[in-house]
Amino acid sequence: MNSASKYPEKNTAITGIGQSEISRGSSKTGLELTVDACMEAITNAGLSRADIDGIATWPGADYNASGFSPVGIPHIQDALRLELNWYSGAPEGPGQFAAIFDAIGAIAAGLCKHVLVFRTLTEATARKTAFANALMTSGQRDHGLFQWYSPYHTYAAAIQQAMYFQAYVHRSGIREEQYAQIALNGRRNAALNPKAVYRSPMSLEDYLASPMISTPIRMFDCDVPIDGSTAIIISRWDCAQDLPNKPIKIEAIGSSMAYRNSWTQLDALDTQAQPKVAEMMWSRTDLKPKDVDFAELYDGFSFHSINWLENFGFCERYGAGDFIDGGHNIALDGMLPINTNGGALSAGRMHAYGQVHEACLQLWRGAGERQIAKPLNVAALSTAGGPLAGAMLLTVD
Amino acid sequence: MLDLDQGVPRPLPATNADTQAYWTGGERGELLIFRCADCEYYVHPPVAFCPKCESRKVAPSATSGKGVITSFTVNHKQWLPSLKVPYVVALVSIAEQEDVRLVSNIVHCEVDAVYIGMPVKVLFEENEDLWVPLFEPDVAL
Ligand SMILES: [Zn+2]
Repeated sequence: MNSASKYPEKNTAITGIGQSEISRGSSKTGLELTVDACMEAITNAGLSRADIDGIATWPGADYNASGFSPVGIPHIQDALRLELNWYSGAPEGPGQFAAIFDAIGAIAAGLCKHVLVFRTLTEATARKTAFANALMTSGQRDHGLFQWYSPYHTYAAAIQQAMYFQAYVHRSGIREEQYAQIALNGRRNAALNPKAVYRSPMSLEDYLASPMISTPIRMFDCDVPIDGSTAIIISRWDCAQDLPNKPIKIEAIGSSMAYRNSWTQLDALDTQAQPKVAEMMWSRTDLKPKDVDFAELYDGFSFHSINWLENFGFCERYGAGDFIDGGHNIALDGMLPINTNGGALSAGRMHAYGQVHEACLQLWRGAGERQIAKPLNVAALSTAGGPLAGAMLLTVD
Repeated sequence: MLDLDQGVPRPLPATNADTQAYWTGGERGELLIFRCADCEYYVHPPVAFCPKCESRKVAPSATSGKGVITSFTVNHKQWLPSLKVPYVVALVSIAEQEDVRLVSNIVHCEVDAVYIGMPVKVLFEENEDLWVPLFEPDVAL
């Protein structure tokens, strides 16, 4: 058995990327933004609509006013009149990367050659009319995902996540000026990214003066709602060879759920679901943490990136505070640049797909002013928090 | 001082045959958690299946109502117009078994008095047909 049949992700590559405008309120609808992203990705891959034979998204249209996922597969399939062999938009999976991992499965099963993967959010516009992030509504019984939290005034993900991060602070002893470095690094990189939504300089003093949301999370530890869409093309390896972009191999994925997937009973609050997911990823490659040139780490909240630095093995358990102290190690010219487009904290909450787009730009050396100077062959990517986690390694020769 | 009233009604969960005991045990002052009759393992969230011994003899069982704060957060953000802040949301492990972790609010103490590892005990607040478990310090302050 060759390695591509044992590890089917190695038989796939990212061949194109596309992204709409990213803004704090767009005049375009979610569907129009999605058309922009998808058509740019198809063109960027050197393909046409007729070449696309599969499509995947996460989590699929949610048919409400939250802006969390306003566009589903049926909408974009019809808008582009795609003719597909396979499609999937399923919310229950290894976080936002579920769509990518599903696409790998469909290619391995022989169903597709070129899968269009997209993620669209219009949360910036949604927030202008309602507090759309409330997990529950007063006056009616909660049937939702967060039932056990219902009566306890837990109106936003920030409150849940803050409890996990408090456990991490307690165990690790990380200091405020250390964990501030994730937000400061993001803002520094965003200044070099014309599409980032927050580009003005941020100092440590600015960070420490920002409002406390729910201890230990400050406002600048939270990602920024945007309107935008991002798309990527995942192609079967042999179909990726004669296209304009050098194929970016999906070298290894971590998709496991070998832990309690619960927002209250998750095994270890301070490390969340990530350790076994990262372990699975490393088990599928000969590469080691030291081989990684840069990382695009999920930063829905700053602490997610801190958790991933440890769980990927880039530093010791509870050593992330020292690793990011002063910000040098994670800067564009540091030993492990992270969140190079500004991340979700400053570029905007493109919900892990901003990071995928950015990793490809960096590997193709198309990141403009924020291009990492050293040669780049291996990128580590991660997504999600709490009981959800997904991870992958991308490589170019 | 943290009290029970945050200025807005508590949103309430839908219940079913599995979860009804947890949300109504407070009527008799009992914090009811599913427990296996064969191996005594507490199963939460509640389901009539024991993941340790596969027994189906798993049913609501009164606990001591005591626990310890595994983690917590002080929420400062006013998410709704009349919401009073700050308040504490916590994950409380019951004294009987660490991996039964209950979300709750911590009440009847100062915000600054709350810490990870703090012993707490249950109290209940009646809301419509449910008795919502809350926790207060079980230690001299
Ligand atoms: Zn049992």
